[in-house]
Order: sequence, then structure tokens, then C-alpha cells
Amino acid sequence: MSEAQSNSRQIILDRLKGCIVDAPELPTIDPARVIQFEDRLQQFQDTLASVGGEAHLVNTPSEIREKLQTIEVFQSARRIASTVPDAVTPTVDLATIDDPHALSTLDWTIVRGEFGVAENGAIWIDGKTLPHRVMIFIAQYLAIVISRSDLLNNMHEAYARIGTPDPGFGVFVSGPSKTADIEQSLVLGAHGCRKLQVFLLP
Amino acid sequence: MTSTLPIVDHPSAAREFVTNEPRSHWHDDSLWFVRSKRDKQAQSIPEWEYLREQASTIKNHTIAKLPEYLQQFEANATRLGAVVHWAADAEEHNRIVLELLRRNDTLRIVKSKSMLTEECGLNEYLIDNGIEVVDTDLGERIVQLRGETPSHIVLPAIHIKKEEVGDTFHQHLGTRAGESDPQVLTEAARGHLRGKFLSGEVGITGVNFAIADTGGLVVCTNEGNADLGVSLPRIHIACMGIEKLVPRFQDLSVFTRLLARSATGQPITSYTSHFHGPRDENSELHIVLVDNGRSKIRDSKTFRESLNCIRCGACMNTCPVYRRSGGHSYRATVPGPIGSVLGPAKNAKAHKSLPFACSLCGSCTDVCPVKIPLHHQLLAWRKVLVGKRLVAWNKRMAMKAASFLFRNPTLFAAAGYFGRVSLKVLPKSLTHNRFNTWAKDRDLPEPPKESFHEWYAKNRPSGAATASKEERS
Repeated sequence: MSEAQSNSRQIILDRLKGCIVDAPELPTIDPARVIQFEDRLQQFQDTLASVGGEAHLVNTPSEIREKLQTIEVFQSARRIASTVPDAVTPTVDLATIDDPHALSTLDWTIVRGEFGVAENGAIWIDGKTLPHRVMIFIAQYLAIVISRSDLLNNMHEAYARIGTPDPGFGVFVSGPSKTADIEQSLVLGAHGCRKLQVFLLP
Repeated sequence: MTSTLPIVDHPSAAREFVTNEPRSHWHDDSLWFVRSKRDKQAQSIPEWEYLREQASTIKNHTIAKLPEYLQQFEANATRLGAVVHWAADAEEHNRIVLELLRRNDTLRIVKSKSMLTEECGLNEYLIDNGIEVVDTDLGERIVQLRGETPSHIVLPAIHIKKEEVGDTFHQHLGTRAGESDPQVLTEAARGHLRGKFLSGEVGITGVNFAIADTGGLVVCTNEGNADLGVSLPRIHIACMGIEKLVPRFQDLSVFTRLLARSATGQPITSYTSHFHGPRDENSELHIVLVDNGRSKIRDSKTFRESLNCIRCGACMNTCPVYRRSGGHSYRATVPGPIGSVLGPAKNAKAHKSLPFACSLCGSCTDVCPVKIPLHHQLLAWRKVLVGKRLVAWNKRMAMKAASFLFRNPTLFAAAGYFGRVSLKVLPKSLTHNRFNTWAKDRDLPEPPKESFHEWYAKNRPSGAATASKEERS
């Protein structure tokens, strides 16, 4: 930190400390007061659909492959990154890539998610499971695999489940990349994935 | 912006927008559509009011203990390998960013949306210093290509029609002349910005929430532009106002539930990214903490709660004045109700007309996810501005005259009488003259036949008689 900056740090803190303000207690969320769903699976699927994602119920990893084979843009995909090799064999060896820029031509990325949230269709992806974090943002299409037993009701349960975050990166993904910046018309596929497929294993 | 701003007169700045009636209605409808989506989302959560209460308490607590939480955040972020910088004002913020870029011989940056850098005038500053600055949020890219500023903090290009976007893209991105399909235009921007992402040397983002007890930060986008922007280059610079803190990781649950629902009526943004330290040992994460007037607002008991703002824009979407006059009429980085509170706090003289660009309908207060009493603060600002003699002379004189009138019952009765008579007999050309700005778009009311006093005097005896009769029986 430069001298000027450490000065500013002191100035800001002094200014703030110069005005003592009474603080209310930090509240604790009462779990009984936040939303729960009778059927989390149904809720998750409905919410995901409402944010532009597609949910598929599958029983085995090979079913994921079969479902993907029915999608035209998957059939024609040439560069596929996958961290779920028992479902989809990657065509790009992520271990040999040093520079994330090399992933700019990815057609598909298939990754594992830690859990899903029924209230908003979001899926938590732990950055530690990604050899390159850009792979989930730069691919044209994204598929996430989670387990049906890992569906939570709401964001309070979600943050409790993450607990104390490890150093690094984590992201809630809810639907494909989208924008409504041109006259409020919703367009899927702004910069990131054009579509999001979510596979729900048992 | 650090340069002296012109003094803004909201009514004259809004004139062009409001006199274009179809456009004003179109803008109004677009924002009402967003407001309706917000309502639907809010109603889908039975505990919505409970969440607002919690959010408000968490924020009040954080702002009260801000010095402690800032130090805690700094210590934790540093422990994770981030570099924390402190900037007392906009100028210093810009200098810090430029110095980081210079140190790394950077020529091109990719930037995701940040109202703070907008407030500091970072783009202009960097461009003046020879850096290519690319805004990567589609709406921001549109206004950047047009040489404009955002007119809304969440929907920067809400004031622009798709045909106009088509013209801009035709000119800058080579799309077909006359193209106005949002899908096609977005696709063109996607291709164009891909190239910018790949050649960006440093990614700059704002911060939605910073967490004191973990030292991490959260950035929310729908487009994924922040993530693409910072996961390709080696260096990520995150710029944040010092009020963006929450104390605990678990507090994010409250705010991530409220933010997107209030902003655009979505259950959550497409991407809610959590950064705890730099990407790897070869990468850098710089966090710039900016005061720029925030500590001064914290000193004020009346306006302190405006620091609770999470920049969702719900108050703008619901504001009848904003919806009809457009964001640019505020001539402030943050427009609308919250901007009209923050603007005069920064510079009372420059923004003195903003607290008056409000009908005190209270709708902003009703929708605010962190329960800032916005319309009360706008009213409070008016008092402050009157005290500072920053109110237009005609308004001041009119208030003085009214106060004199109300203190003199005889005069009041006489004025009422003359008012009723003259309204009846005067031709419209005289009542609707250019000095009477109130009557510009309004008709004067039909004058009543008698004053309330006269009516009361006539009706009281029988009324009193009835009452006393009832008492007797």
C-alpha cells in the first residue's frame, strides 16, 4: 500500500470512528419462517424452466449421454469439456491447458453441481471442481449434473450447506446467460451459455 | 464525477422527455412491466416482509459498525491473497486503478457494470490516459457506443428503442441497416464482445456484496459478463463503495433472495459469483474500497439509512416521476428516488431540485427491499434545502406569502373570495399564462360556490341542535 493510500485508510477509518452509532443486534433467520416446499423436485424443475433452463430426470450417467445425443447442437459439437467422464467423454483435455483463452472455442461443457435450490432454480458449482473456471462461462452450451437428493428449499439452507467458503470461487447458476437490455425483450445467450441443461440423477 | 457539475433543474432537464408523449408513455410502460414482475416475485414469497425487516436490520447494524467490519474484511481478504486499497474520493480511486494498469502495462480492460466506477468517472479517466475501456454489460455497451450515460442503474439502456440500438450497431458493429430484432442484435453484440473478452488484459467489476467474516465478494449478473471478464485475464480489480459490506456469509441468503426479485422480478440472477481470493498463485485480485462522501452520509442521522441501498433499482421502476421523465433528467449517476437522496448529499447545490422531483406518493418506500424510508428522506431534504436557502426564489416567495396568508384569517377569507370569483370570470388566457407553470398541463379546478367557512356557518346551527337534542334524549 502506498503512503497516500495508507493515509486514506486512516482518514476513512477516523472519519467513521468519529461518529459512534448505536447498532441493533444482528438477527438470526428463523428457519420456521422461510419457505419450504412439499415437492422440492417439482418446484426446482418448474423454477428452472421459468428462468430458461431445462431439467431432465435420469437414473444413470449413460442416460445423460443418451439424452444429450438427441440434442442437435450436441451431435454437432466438436470441442467438449467434461468433468463428468462417466456421462460424457471429453474431447478437450483440460489438464493440458494452461491458458484459459485456449478454451474460447468450447462448444459444450458438462460439469457437476453440488446442490440445487428449489426456490430459484439455482445450482451451486464449487470452483474447486473446475480445472478452469472460465469453462462454464465461455462454452456455447452448458450441462450441469446434480443429484435429486441434493435439492434444498431456499437460500438460507444453501448458505448453511456451504458453511465457511474455502478460498477460491463458487457460483450459483440459475438458467442460461440472458439479457433484456434491448427493450426488455428477453434474449437467451448473452455472453455465456445459450442454453442450460440440468440432469438430475437419483 | 469529480469535475463541477452544472446545477440541475429537473423540470427543465425533463422537458424534452415529457413533451414527447408517446415516448414518455412507452418508457412508463416498460418500467411498469418490470415493477409488475417484481410484485409477482415478492408475492410468491410468504416471508417477503420478514426478509425486508431482516435486511434492514442487518444493514443498519453494518453501517453502525462499519469501521470494525471494514477492518475485518480487509484482514480476511488480505489473508486470502487479495490486495485491499483504500480511496478517500473518486479521484484517488481512479488513480489507484490506473496505477495498477500501468504497473502491468495494460492497454485494454473489460469492465462489468459498476455504478461506483460510473460515479467516479473511471471510464473517461482511463480513456484520457490511453486505455481502451470496454463495458461488457449489453445495456452499458449500447450506451457506451452511443456516447451516452446509463439512464437506469440496472437497465442502463431502458430509454433506448430497439430501432435506435439497430442504428448504433449498424454504425459500430456492421449489422444490417434497419435491423431491430433484439435476438439478432444481441447475437451481434455477443460476437463483438467475445473478441473484447479474449483480448482484455484486466477485468474490472463492481461488487454487489462484500463479506466481512470471510473476506470474499459477490458479483451478480444475468449475462455472465463479469465472470467472462475476470476468468480470462490474470488480474481482477473489484471496485466497491464502503457501504457494500455484510457481516456474515449467511447474511447473503437474505440479500440474494431480495436483490433480483426487487430489481427485475427474477428469483435470482443467472450468475451469483463468489470470489474468495485470486484465481491462482499467478493471478491477482485487487479490491478498491471507496468512501467518496459515504462516511459523511453516515454522520447524518436523517440520511444514514440511504447507505443501506443495495442498488436494485426497484424505487426507480415504481416512481411515477422517474417513469415519465426518464433517468437522464436527473443528471446524476444514480437517478430516481434513491438518487435524489444521494445526489444532494454529495452536492446540495448541484442537485437541489431532485428532492422536489417527487410527488411524495411513497411507492418507493413500499418497494424498497431494505426499507429505506425514501419519501421521508426526500421530504427531509426539502427542509434542509430551504434551510440552506437553496430553493428557487419564486418557490421561497410563494411559501412566505402562503405563510403570511395562513396567519391572517381575514386576509385568508378575502383571498378565498377573490379566488373563487376571479376563477369564475377570468378567461383561460389569463389564468394559464406563462408565469403559472403549475397550470401548464393542468386545468384549474371548478371554483366552489362558497367557502368552507360559509358552508359551516350555514350548517352548524342545525347540526348543533341535533347533537344537543340527542344528548337530551
